[in-house]
Amino acid sequence: MQGPESMTLRNTIILIVGLFLVWELAYFVVGDVALRSPWQTIQFLGRLMQTDLFWLHLADSLKAFAVALAIAIVLGLLIGFALGLHRLSGEAMEPMLVALYSIPKITLYPIILLAFGIGISAKIAFGAIHGIIPVALFTLSAVRTTKPILIKTGRVMKLSPTVMVREILFPAAVPEIFTGIRVGFSLTLIGTVLGEMFAAQRGLGYLLMSAISLYNIDLIMSVTFLLVVLAAGVNMALLVVDRRLHHG
Amino acid sequence: MTAAQVTLRGVTKVFPAAAGGNPVHALGPIDIEIRKGEFFAVVGPSGCGKSTLLELIAGLTAPTEGEIEFEGHAIGDNVPDGIGVVFQEDACFPWLNVIENIEFGLRRKAIDANEKSRQAKAVIEMMGLREFARSYPAQLSGGMRQRVCIARTIVAQPRLILLDEPFGALDQQTRLLMGDEMLRLWRQTGATVFLITHALDEAAMLADRIVVMSARPGRTIDLVETNWPRERDSRIVERENFGALTSRLWKTLREESLKTMGRTGNGA
Amino acid sequence: MSRLRLYQIAVVAGFILLLEALCLAGVIDKITMPAPHIILRDFVRMLLAGRYFDEIGKSLLNVLAAFAGAYLAGVIIGTVLHGHRTTRAILDPLFATYYAIPVFAFYPLFIVMFGLGDGPQVLIGFMLAIVAVIITTLNGLDRVPPVLKKTAQVNGLNALQTARHITLPFCAPYLLTAAKLALAYAFIGVIGSEFIMARSGMGYEISYAYTNFDNATMYPLILLILLLSIAANSLLSRWEKMLLARRGQG
Repeated sequence: MQGPESMTLRNTIILIVGLFLVWELAYFVVGDVALRSPWQTIQFLGRLMQTDLFWLHLADSLKAFAVALAIAIVLGLLIGFALGLHRLSGEAMEPMLVALYSIPKITLYPIILLAFGIGISAKIAFGAIHGIIPVALFTLSAVRTTKPILIKTGRVMKLSPTVMVREILFPAAVPEIFTGIRVGFSLTLIGTVLGEMFAAQRGLGYLLMSAISLYNIDLIMSVTFLLVVLAAGVNMALLVVDRRLHHG
Repeated sequence: MTAAQVTLRGVTKVFPAAAGGNPVHALGPIDIEIRKGEFFAVVGPSGCGKSTLLELIAGLTAPTEGEIEFEGHAIGDNVPDGIGVVFQEDACFPWLNVIENIEFGLRRKAIDANEKSRQAKAVIEMMGLREFARSYPAQLSGGMRQRVCIARTIVAQPRLILLDEPFGALDQQTRLLMGDEMLRLWRQTGATVFLITHALDEAAMLADRIVVMSARPGRTIDLVETNWPRERDSRIVERENFGALTSRLWKTLREESLKTMGRTGNGA
Repeated sequence: MSRLRLYQIAVVAGFILLLEALCLAGVIDKITMPAPHIILRDFVRMLLAGRYFDEIGKSLLNVLAAFAGAYLAGVIIGTVLHGHRTTRAILDPLFATYYAIPVFAFYPLFIVMFGLGDGPQVLIGFMLAIVAVIITTLNGLDRVPPVLKKTAQVNGLNALQTARHITLPFCAPYLLTAAKLALAYAFIGVIGSEFIMARSGMGYEISYAYTNFDNATMYPLILLILLLSIAANSLLSRWEKMLLARRGQG
């Protein structure tokens, strides 16, 4: 529908403009000692993106993120399906997965570093453990709460088990599974960057932390800005797809 | 006398005990005969086993005792060909639009895509859904969604249509209109219709014959012939014997309903 | 004990036993991780000796500060926003996308602005927690059925009385959910920041122990954090479930 969608667009634009104004105001109050203005940040980012060093770090982050996401999705789907289909396991494991959700996973990062050593494998492992849980939980829920009426309908139409799964169970589960993947995407990104901030030798998170030791405020603000824009932008795009899958 | 399409002889259904409980004797013993082409209704208090009866006839569950036959063949635990079911809950597939939902009803037919599309469109016209053909169920009202489910069922041209309180979730006016539509479809398709309802006026208005069931375990305690003409609609409520009909149904039903009033849990 | 409980205990016990077996067999070497029984021994020693109590206390106080700030501010903002539809509509995309953003990325900025003290960590915890509280509060207020508000009007209750006797009791489970989320996020924010860069606190001690290959200190502290967060989350969850069960929504 045209109406509500254009309203959301208008509101988003107002929001973004508002945030930039708040930023500008903060800069006005605090000054160069600790901040940069929006325009200065964007300019610096532009210059930064012309250096080879930047692309090196970006590539490293993206590589780690992509692999971590793939692992999180595949393992999350498998776990979610298994637990969703086997009633007892699903009921028992779900609260435990939810409990794992609430622990500060960075606590486990030193263990991962000891196991994998400092390098891209540790980052991948760390990113993956952030993303697995939401994918698994949403998939579990999607499989478990398939409306019984849909299964009854399939039986009344005498559909074979394969057709049942392919034409009813799977399409019915897709919207919720996609939401799980969307959340998993964001959390994997956060996990990968966080890992880089704690202990890494390359990547955007590492770049951010190195900027502190150099007290390079321009660099801090540009990388933070870039990370926020990337994360928010992709999530919004995924949200649009998510809403469409849920069909109004 | 028209041939019997469905016969139940000495049918009972007992559900095995749930964790730490007793087995539930839901239904029977029950004997029913449904004639080919008639509009047959079942009324009864909540929990009397009406829906179980429907599931037995549909072949979704097997009887504990007794035999059920559809067109001369025994029904066990599988759904016979030629039967369509409309449930009380919304069974539309939310990821397909209206016409795709209806075409899904033709899945098992060995016809090509063009023919499927043609038949689906014909049913859409028959049910006045043309304006909503590309809408998704989430965008439609409850009554519309039920009509889509009915359309999906009749597109496969079943010989027996089972309706499990299909209008239960709708308001009174919509129900009356849906009743008229159901009568029209019944005449146009020539199918046998088996309706379960808790609304006495609905049964009295729509059916050729009505069976009244007792409280659980459900048994038949009355069988009423309405003798309505085939060409009828909701205006039949104006007739003299309509009032007498519903009174008779209620008299029989009232005592049975009082027996179930104290019990909790879901019906049928 | 129900089958469910047995299953869960079996999973946890099985996991610990597996770790124990792998450690004893040498598949997991001592440098990576000591055997579970050794970790347990060091854990008990640490508690009995009262070591790191100052650091633990400090971290927990920071978590509490972040939690309290986020909870109070969040509930107030949520309540105010609930009455202002346009502002809420404008902020809605922010709330929808908020938890996709790496809030930790702001930590270096906060260090530059406020120096390396407690401030940046508490601020990160606050930032992480507050939006969850706002969203949950809005959710709860949204769900108050209009019929209850009409009942209040019919009984002559003014705005304050309606809030106290109708809205607040109705929203109690949601306020509890908000507290649970706020605590979890405050915990993650504060401890996580201490890991990345801090001069004191539990996260810092673990980080320090890691750089010094001090497994005897590191693992017990990690275990402590895990136990604390799981315990707090479970207690609040149980309370939440109880409230919901009473309403037939459990």
